[in-house]
Amino acid sequence: MIAEAGLAALWLAAAFALVQLMVAWGAAKHGANPRVGTLMTALRRIALVQGLLALLSFALLIALFVRSDMSVELVAANSHSLKPMIYKVAGAWGNHEGSMLLWVTVLAVAGGGVAMFERRLAAGTLAATLGAQAAIGIGFYAFLAFASNPFARLNPAVPDGQGLNPLLQDPGLAFHPPTLYLGYVGLSVAFSFAVGALLMRDVGPAFARAMRPWVLGAWIFLTIGITAGSYWAYYELGWGGWWFWDPVENASLMPWLAATALLHSVTVLATRDGLRAWTLMLALVAFAMSMLGTFLVRSGILVSVHAFAVDPTRGTFILALLGIYIGGALALFGARVGTVTQGSTFQLVSREGALVLNNLLLSVILGVVFIGTLYPLAAQAAGVQLSIGAPFFNKALVPVALALVVATAAGPLLRWRRDNWNALAKRALVPTAAAGVSFALLFALARGAHFASVVAIALSVGLAVASVAPVARRNLRRTPLHVWGMVIAHLGVAVSIAGMASDSAFKVERLAAIQVGQNTTVGPFRVTLAEIRPQIGPNWSALEAKLQVRRGEGKAFELYPQNRFFSTPPTNTNEAAITTLLDGQLYTVLGQGDEQGRWQVRLWWKPFVTLIWLGGGLIALGGLLALVGRVRRERRDSEAEAYA
Amino acid sequence: MKAKHQRLVLGLLALGAVAGAAGLALSALQDQAAFFYAPGDVAGKPVPTDKAVRLGGMVAANSIVRQPDGVSIAFTVTDGKATVPVAFRGVAPDLFKEGSGVVAEGKFNPDGSFTADNLLAKHDERYMPPQVAGEMHKTETLDK
Repeated sequence: MIAEAGLAALWLAAAFALVQLMVAWGAAKHGANPRVGTLMTALRRIALVQGLLALLSFALLIALFVRSDMSVELVAANSHSLKPMIYKVAGAWGNHEGSMLLWVTVLAVAGGGVAMFERRLAAGTLAATLGAQAAIGIGFYAFLAFASNPFARLNPAVPDGQGLNPLLQDPGLAFHPPTLYLGYVGLSVAFSFAVGALLMRDVGPAFARAMRPWVLGAWIFLTIGITAGSYWAYYELGWGGWWFWDPVENASLMPWLAATALLHSVTVLATRDGLRAWTLMLALVAFAMSMLGTFLVRSGILVSVHAFAVDPTRGTFILALLGIYIGGALALFGARVGTVTQGSTFQLVSREGALVLNNLLLSVILGVVFIGTLYPLAAQAAGVQLSIGAPFFNKALVPVALALVVATAAGPLLRWRRDNWNALAKRALVPTAAAGVSFALLFALARGAHFASVVAIALSVGLAVASVAPVARRNLRRTPLHVWGMVIAHLGVAVSIAGMASDSAFKVERLAAIQVGQNTTVGPFRVTLAEIRPQIGPNWSALEAKLQVRRGEGKAFELYPQNRFFSTPPTNTNEAAITTLLDGQLYTVLGQGDEQGRWQVRLWWKPFVTLIWLGGGLIALGGLLALVGRVRRERRDSEAEAYA
Repeated sequence: MKAKHQRLVLGLLALGAVAGAAGLALSALQDQAAFFYAPGDVAGKPVPTDKAVRLGGMVAANSIVRQPDGVSIAFTVTDGKATVPVAFRGVAPDLFKEGSGVVAEGKFNPDGSFTADNLLAKHDERYMPPQVAGEMHKTETLDK
């Protein structure tokens, strides 16, 4: 019964989306009519009910997974009655159908949120926005209903399911897709706002202020998702790397790049009424990148180490949706951009100018990632097999990324509207000196380190110093929260880049085959293989190595890397053992044994690698502070207006 | 600066950025793209030995041989048309096994064998490179 109820809720939600689209049409068309107020109230309620129905449908899917109802095809294919509860729940979205239901649920709930809380937009614009949101929803409801029904029954039912891919049985990954989807779908709201504003020719600071929290929220979730995904790949896959330029990773990076650019340009629009057309364009591009990401991951079109579904029908369906929505929105943009009147102007040497530079550099990076991700597909269509890897991206992107670091450092040092070079040079003196000194020190002390890495570390020191400049001579308690947000996010960028550069410049690797009792060394560590022993977990068994590690004359500690065997489905996984020290991480992997009693051990000493994810966390925290600060300020302003 | 001029300057900058992105990407593509080969692509032909490439296919049955140093293995990659011997030093990924798909990153040697410095196996145990899947499917269909 639960499955049927879930399907019914899904269809009802789809019906409400259809009604929402029609009511929105009417409300937007008759914006001047006094009776439109009733229509708007109805529209807001419809959007809310649509969100609740989608949520109900998804909750029922989770209930099916929790009860291990093996008469449902999706549960049987992706769950197992003996699985730990957290992975039963996560199993609901650890597959194609469930994740698409999650997608549409977040979309509908976000639409309901806009309907409930958005009070600043003109009625017509809000109606058009909710209409656009409903139109996106309808496409995805159709996709679920016709191409990937999550509630399909399995007849006859099976006693036990096939289990979840063991690599996905990890707390980090269980929450990874929902986080990314919240980001993707937050960008859908920005897209709907842009479409609404274009339809109603209502582009200005009020529109930008309404859109900004959604962009910020989406961007925070994307940042967390990418950071967590990177750390997951790092500790779970056992290959010691933190970014692979895999198409599936790029699929989440591209919306993030677009959202980062959008976040900066929407601020110019909200506070200075500049960059109108460009901001609209970015809002469309950002959501296009979300949909492209969904398409790449879900269509199985890519040669990826981690693409999931392989089903051409679904790929075609998502591609058609992508074409309709993005093509339609771009056509609308082309038709209406002429009527978006010129915003206010600014000098090129100004905060706006730096933000434009930031946007252009981010767009270049986005363009390169886009080409690198899709070129193999285009070549394949032309009959040529090729794949593009890290060397391509590193060569094309490292110089642009370093230029972006400089622009990021300069931006907050500049004044709005107009500034001059001399004043900038004076303010940039301390950060530049800091970068220069660290470059000289590194160059002298770390001979043989890669030149680009040394430059990157020096620039990140300069960026860190420049980042705190906006709060350096202010009353810290009276500094607005969103300024703190900017400072911390920029500091996070500096910290991340320092971590990446440090890892690529200074990591040391050792691969050895040793018997129990023997030892090997890596960097400053001496590692002894003390024991190999069996271990049993809830749904796996493992061989575990006990490694005794000692750094110089320091205190010894132990690490336990494992080789795990899962029976359903039969799979081996490597569980790396990692220890985090103040100045880096020691990363150990157990390989296979041979007839002579030797065991493969792979060791990495990675100085300051943790800074990569710490920086990601700081960036997200900065976004959160900015979001809270902006929302609070908006509320205060609207109260002030009410009393005025 | 007049609004019109500013728009012009910004437009030109944006154009420059797009051209820059394309230029960077193309120049990097030209000499850095790791080209993808299936064993059938290189059978009886001269192979490029000077650049990093990827070799994709299935690990042939009973072909994995451990080397005496304990950290190297040798195996052959096949796509049903031809096979290429591969040497690899390192810990093979979890899903690397005989009869399953693999992508080896590395270089061809002058004798046509391949030295891999990285092996990729798929998360999903059903994975094989699409073009290999296509070939296998064709072969299976012909056999029937």
